[in-house]
Amino acid sequence: MEQLTNRRKVIESKPLNFLERAYLPAILSGLRITGKHFFRKSVTIRYPEQKREFSENFRGQHSLKRDEEGRERCTACGLCALSCPAEAITMIAAERQKGEEHLYREEKYAAVYEINMLRCIFCGLCEEACPKEAIYLDGDIVPSNFLRKDFIYGKDKLVEKPLNQ
Amino acid sequence: MELAFALGLIAQKFILIVIIFGISLVAAMYSTYAERKVAAFFQDRVGPNRAGPLGILQPLADGAKMFMKEEIIPTRANPFLFIVGPSLAIMTACIGSAVIPWGQQMVIGSTVVDLQVTDINVGVLYIFGVVSLGVYGIMIGGWASNNKYSLLGAIRAASQNISYEIAMGLSIIALLMITGTLSLRDITAQQHGFWNGHWFTWNVFKQPLGFLLFMVCAFAETNRSPFDLPECETELVGGYHTEYSSMKLGFYLFAEYINMFVSSAVMATLYFGGYNYPFMDVVNAHIGLTWGPLVGTFFLFVKIVLFIFFFMWVRWTIPRFRYDQLMDLGWKILIPLAIANIVITGLIYNFK
Repeated sequence: MEQLTNRRKVIESKPLNFLERAYLPAILSGLRITGKHFFRKSVTIRYPEQKREFSENFRGQHSLKRDEEGRERCTACGLCALSCPAEAITMIAAERQKGEEHLYREEKYAAVYEINMLRCIFCGLCEEACPKEAIYLDGDIVPSNFLRKDFIYGKDKLVEKPLNQ
Repeated sequence: MELAFALGLIAQKFILIVIIFGISLVAAMYSTYAERKVAAFFQDRVGPNRAGPLGILQPLADGAKMFMKEEIIPTRANPFLFIVGPSLAIMTACIGSAVIPWGQQMVIGSTVVDLQVTDINVGVLYIFGVVSLGVYGIMIGGWASNNKYSLLGAIRAASQNISYEIAMGLSIIALLMITGTLSLRDITAQQHGFWNGHWFTWNVFKQPLGFLLFMVCAFAETNRSPFDLPECETELVGGYHTEYSSMKLGFYLFAEYINMFVSSAVMATLYFGGYNYPFMDVVNAHIGLTWGPLVGTFFLFVKIVLFIFFFMWVRWTIPRFRYDQLMDLGWKILIPLAIANIVITGLIYNFK
């Protein structure tokens, strides 16, 4: 049959010659290969101390942003919760009182804002849905924990630190 | 006077036994650590590095884990033999080191201290006896478990050990023909220094083929890869220790490492000059016969460590033999080669 390409390799199965049957040369060449690897640098990244560099669009833990005056941007509109395919976000809205203008940007704010990190699939749809640019998945990898209840992150963990602190 | 001397001797031996026992246990403990570390290096990984600096405390953590795990004796197992198995395994592993000369005689003041627990004149035979006892631990453990995988593993271990003991014995006969003695102390003393004027003194240079055969058999006798069929996970679940848990399993694993240590020591003693090293007379003349022998002991341990490293290197390189290949190698290759080695040795040393 005519060959279409010259990439075909014909493999002959010859009986082993004496050196091949004697095990030892093969074992020695195997030992040489593993010996080379012994001195090679390990490829391990020692995780908690060292971290692999994240790509720019890596989606990690959520953070609730503040505006340039340090006020929370979130108005508890609920679009993020609505867009969330995993239903990981819940919130309770509250009305801003007199004297709280330096804390919240708009008249309505989220008194409780919780994300269940076990449900979250880090798809970033909340980020896209937010009209106020209040939520971004720009944090680190969410750490492990022992209890399910500790995976429900409230505002204490999600809201950005105040600007001047 | 006579009594004081005897008591002194007993105390001396007792201290030596405790030291050797401690060293072989610690060596076995750190072999487990070294094994994991070496395996990691061969596979471009890091290995255990969390317990203490560089993972130095890992063996302690492993030991604590072993002791704290639940002790399970299967209801259908034979409870007495089930406990005897691992005990026998570790006991036979430990007593092998009794005849190995760890150094030249130390001279402290007017007393002469042997760095050897006992110099019986059939030391090599003693080692063989201990090695063949070792299979009982595995066999009893595997049978008492009342589990077919354990039993199969134990039978494999027994048949493998028996087949390779023959080749081992034959390979050592050639060595005994040139040393003319069975005492390990005399064999080591004959390998004094490194170069005796016209040839190397170490037996490996007189018996290269014998050493190769002996080493292959030592791999098989310690059930190390590529001869680790008794615990072949892919075929036998876990082999003879499938039913074992907690420290009884620990004893089996530990026995393997002690065996490795002892067989490395035997190989170093028989073929690589034991405590002898080049220019040892010069060194001894400089620092005296009190501390000079300890330098030799240090070199013996260097050799042992290198052998243990080689054991591990081979383990992480070669895949396991198939069972029929194992038997082929043992009966059809190693035994004829060992006999040929005896004949060649006899011819050469007769007509030289």
